[in-house]
Amino acid sequence: MSTAPLLDVRDLEQRYTLPRESLFRPPGQVRALNGVSVQVQAGKSLGIVGESGSGKSTFARLVMALERPTSGQVALLGRDLNRISADELRRARRDFQMVFQDPYGSLDPRQTIARIVAEPLTVMEGADRTTFRDRVAAVLRQVGLRDADMDKYPHEFSGGQRQRIAIARALITQPKLIVADEPVSALDVSVQAQVLNLMQDLQEQFGLSYILISHDLAVVDYLCDEVAVMYLGRIVEQGRPEDLFECCAHPYTRALLDAVPRVRAGGSRRRRGAQAIASQSAAAAGCPYASRCTLADQHCREVPPALRKMGEGHLAACHKAEAVMALPQAAVEG
Amino acid sequence: MDERSNVPLIEVENLDVRLNTSRGPARAVRGVSFALERGETLGLVGESGCGKSVTALSLMGLLPDSAAVTGSIKLDGDELVGLSDADYCRLRGNRISMIFQEPMTALNPMHTIGNQVAEPLRRHKKYSAAQARRETIALLDRVGLPDPARRVDAYPHQFSGGQRQRITIAMALACEPDLLIADEPTTALDVTIQGQILDLIADLVEERGMSMILISHDLGVIAENVQRMMVMYGGTVVESGPTDEVFRRMGHPYTQGLFRARPKLGARKGTRLKTISGTVPELADLPSGCTFSDRCPLVIDQCRAALPPMVDVGPGHLVRCIRTDVSMAEPVGALTA
Repeated sequence: MSTAPLLDVRDLEQRYTLPRESLFRPPGQVRALNGVSVQVQAGKSLGIVGESGSGKSTFARLVMALERPTSGQVALLGRDLNRISADELRRARRDFQMVFQDPYGSLDPRQTIARIVAEPLTVMEGADRTTFRDRVAAVLRQVGLRDADMDKYPHEFSGGQRQRIAIARALITQPKLIVADEPVSALDVSVQAQVLNLMQDLQEQFGLSYILISHDLAVVDYLCDEVAVMYLGRIVEQGRPEDLFECCAHPYTRALLDAVPRVRAGGSRRRRGAQAIASQSAAAAGCPYASRCTLADQHCREVPPALRKMGEGHLAACHKAEAVMALPQAAVEG
Repeated sequence: MDERSNVPLIEVENLDVRLNTSRGPARAVRGVSFALERGETLGLVGESGCGKSVTALSLMGLLPDSAAVTGSIKLDGDELVGLSDADYCRLRGNRISMIFQEPMTALNPMHTIGNQVAEPLRRHKKYSAAQARRETIALLDRVGLPDPARRVDAYPHQFSGGQRQRITIAMALACEPDLLIADEPTTALDVTIQGQILDLIADLVEERGMSMILISHDLGVIAENVQRMMVMYGGTVVESGPTDEVFRRMGHPYTQGLFRARPKLGARKGTRLKTISGTVPELADLPSGCTFSDRCPLVIDQCRAALPPMVDVGPGHLVRCIRTDVSMAEPVGALTA
């Protein structure tokens, strides 16, 4: 941590108010994020994994300053995004861009590719978009499309090509950080690999940082320097992929790893224990994972575990982390 | 039953489906043949537009009216192609059931889940309302829905994705079908829930002696859940065989490419994924000859001349490729990785 981090997130909390069910009781709340702190260094990538409802996408929206957090701060290049003026924020947005999951929904079907890709520039620099054609052409070439594609419409492209267009749109402002929310999960396997390779090339070429949100552990493993596992709005384990995937210290990480279907000849079905789904609204005492955890005891249900250091750059929020690490680790696919 | 014991449950021969798409007529399925015994499980793997879902829909008789189906689909020796709508209605949900990918769109948001699960029971088994309700609660209990007696009158939006998929499974199983078709049943679900749903389907298949066709794009899901598999590309079956055999020694360049292109756990940052060049072709403009010839690293002129025949490369293991001598020279599979 010698240099200042590119992104510094501290104690981020977000609550959403549910519709009021009774006139006489206060409305319920969804605790989407419960104190998330994380840092991303320039040129490095952070992967975020977790099930639906774990707060991954809320985290992405807050990092993109699309919502105001209930409390906590998001600082990019030392500026707190929630304390600067709307005008400043708009100019700051050139440094962080987003790529969405669904390449069919995230491109306007009535606009040409040139217009879609140049849109961040028109918004930020306010100039006439006809002057941006050279820059659009350059960025399209970087993502492996042709200049001639500029005047086509999104429906003329396949899913993988559309995701390239979405990446081109994010790249055109020369951002430092790209937040990608499940960028390849809507794509076919053979095309997925092309887009992942492209994302890796662009990172090497431009020194980008990614925040990659995915439910696919292998995708995160492939692209990220650091991984955070989220459960019910908290980071329960964080570290380098090799620490997490070969020597995990939280039973939830282990459950995620065990659930991945493996390709093995002669491999028979592995049984997985039934797991109940915990509620996001109730603020229970103790460890949020205790109700699903096979190792949980009375202490776990009463005292919430804090993130603690398990090794160099490896954090886990579990009272029994040592016991989990001592368990035989799931075999990694070769 | 006895005289039929040597007839496979499902026998598909030379199935061809032509669909009218916005880009003109497309041969969505070309010359697909397979047989499925009672209690056997078959996996269909492939990417979008390879014809796997159209194959499933043609078994269910759910193709659009404009689709032209030729060839033969036999259920217990009885021909299904050309069957009237009324006759098909007696089969669907009764002897053949299907689980769809999106549990939210497969359920009607305007009806309680109890009514939806009871519908096949009322229609096919002519149960009374009270009988159907009792049976529905028992089914919902079997698929692991918590507190079924109380939740039977709830609406689909009151359930999570995994619970909704459990409800569609209960619907599909209501009349104890002979054949269950599961079309990407876990693609919309979280990885931990995926495991639970696949466990549930496997238990039920075993318990009721059903046959199952599992459709997935995920090689891992296929490897763990079925006895036999078929890999489809561009409407044709390019490789088929016992699952273990195929994963031990993959024969078709496409199967090999799919296997290599998956990001694998433990492949550290900095390694590159081996991609298949190009994109999945539109069914309306497939190349002549081998459907994979445009993207194949081993293509020769002969590949473009005619669709290659299925070649026997191992026990029950068939590959539609004329260059298996080259593709299989260097073994690709789960044991060699």
